[in-house]
Amino acid sequence: MKRWIAFWNILAKDMRSYYLKPPNISWGLIFPFAWTGMFLIRSGGSAGDVLSLLPGVMAISILFGTTSMLAVTITFEKKGRSFERLLLAPIPLDLLMLAKTAGAVLFGIANAFVPVGMAAFLVDLSGVAWAVLVPTVVLLALSSTFVGLFVAVAVREVFEAQTFSNFFRFPMIFLCGLFFPIERLPWAIRPLSYALPLTYGVDAMRGAVIGTRSLPLAVDLPILAAFCIGLFVLSLRNIRAKWIL
Amino acid sequence: MAIRVSGLSKAFDDVQAVADVSFEVSEGELFGLLGPNGAGKTTTINMLTGLARPDSGSIVIGEIDGAENVKAAQHLIGVVPDESNLYPELTGMENLTFCASLYGIRKRERTKRARQLLGDFGLSDAANRKFGGYSKGMKRKLTIAAGIIHRPPILFLDEPTTGIDVASARQIRQLIAALNEDGATILLTTHYIEEAERLCGRIAFIVRGRIVRVDAVPNLLQPLHERHVAVIDLSEPAPIEIEPLISAFPDDRFEMLRTGQLRVESKEPLAVGPIVRLLEEAGIEVSEARRVRPSLEDVFVEVTGIEADAMRREKERVGKSE
Repeated sequence: MKRWIAFWNILAKDMRSYYLKPPNISWGLIFPFAWTGMFLIRSGGSAGDVLSLLPGVMAISILFGTTSMLAVTITFEKKGRSFERLLLAPIPLDLLMLAKTAGAVLFGIANAFVPVGMAAFLVDLSGVAWAVLVPTVVLLALSSTFVGLFVAVAVREVFEAQTFSNFFRFPMIFLCGLFFPIERLPWAIRPLSYALPLTYGVDAMRGAVIGTRSLPLAVDLPILAAFCIGLFVLSLRNIRAKWIL
Repeated sequence: MAIRVSGLSKAFDDVQAVADVSFEVSEGELFGLLGPNGAGKTTTINMLTGLARPDSGSIVIGEIDGAENVKAAQHLIGVVPDESNLYPELTGMENLTFCASLYGIRKRERTKRARQLLGDFGLSDAANRKFGGYSKGMKRKLTIAAGIIHRPPILFLDEPTTGIDVASARQIRQLIAALNEDGATILLTTHYIEEAERLCGRIAFIVRGRIVRVDAVPNLLQPLHERHVAVIDLSEPAPIEIEPLISAFPDDRFEMLRTGQLRVESKEPLAVGPIVRLLEEAGIEVSEARRVRPSLEDVFVEVTGIEADAMRREKERVGKSE
């Protein structure tokens, strides 16, 4: 019980200090809004286009929403030494890092549903498989957050975290099948696409929204879950090695 | 025993930060770790509190193996680091209640304790102001309050008065003494020799990662009670030739201090008059001569070979740049 009091208060502090600040709320709304608008204008805005764009825009919103915040909540606090206060508390490191990343996960999930809200005004979403879409969004938000955590732990400065995040984010966007179907990518690059969590997230969401996917759901979701566990464990190992000297 | 440290060592790359450090701190004791910048004080505290892993040696906090079972040991300790590490965007009240929540303290209780501590530390009026806007002294006080809000039986204070004004430093020393009187075991690191002498029951001198002497303050001072010391202020504080003095008073020890003062030490009761007369005959004007009580500073200089003034100046420079 005591550990959960700590967990909840770390999450609540981060939500209050970072995620619920007006600049971040507006970023969380404007960013997906801009992406959705941009794709809709380019595609002509038919109902089929809106639905086919939705998984990709949701995925991008999650990816940017989660990874951009961890540079602040982790790297900034580490540099300002307030993160030491958390390391000095009798909370297991895994629970502490889950608390520190939970805000980003929730922020990413909220970002994902901004395009859904916009699409609801334009098309009928009754055909969407919500039972698949919601868990996929959660898993993608978790895996993207842990990519952000991995980056935040690897660097010292906030600007390094932002730069290093782009090193992961942009290749993921271009290689995940969002702009070009993976089958049409050069064969040498294709394995790289399958090494990215976003590929499985976009595929599962596409299946949930428009009913077509290139991999079975039984492959997409477990692989996404494996990415979550792997990235989190790797980040914990890096924290122990780099921050508890 | 509250803290038992044995053979503790830690190296960073090629630098041996702490080497074979051993000491014990009894329950309710106020123990001081005294040494210059870079002596290994903070690294030692980091290892004791779980922020650094020792390369070798053992740590026992209470009855818990502090090296193996860090999280269990952290329940027993409070830590006040050398730099305030609270959240600048939170108010004083929010910082304290947040720190209490990290130890699983429920909302009503943590609010009550925070209010009490803000009152005890004279910060009630600043309770709802952002920590980032506090003065250095206020920041230090709130950091100490945050370190004790979960009422730990053992408290680690790393340079608690460095870089703050005299009045705040004095208040903090009084708070530390009061915490110790209330039964807290305290391990304090400091570079202020007078602070260590005034507050601590026992002191360890640490230099270049090694503890060179550990003893109770009266025991450290005991050999000095047989010595007699005088300080002579010169009208023009500049180095003078001390050879004529050594020839005239062969049983006394003369030393020119960096401050331009002449220090005289003798095993017999000192007669300052003849020394002053000799100086004035040599054309050196004396503005004041006084007998001084030998202090812990003298023991520190003798044991470590480090000039106390240099240590103080170095730390004050660091404090100002923070």
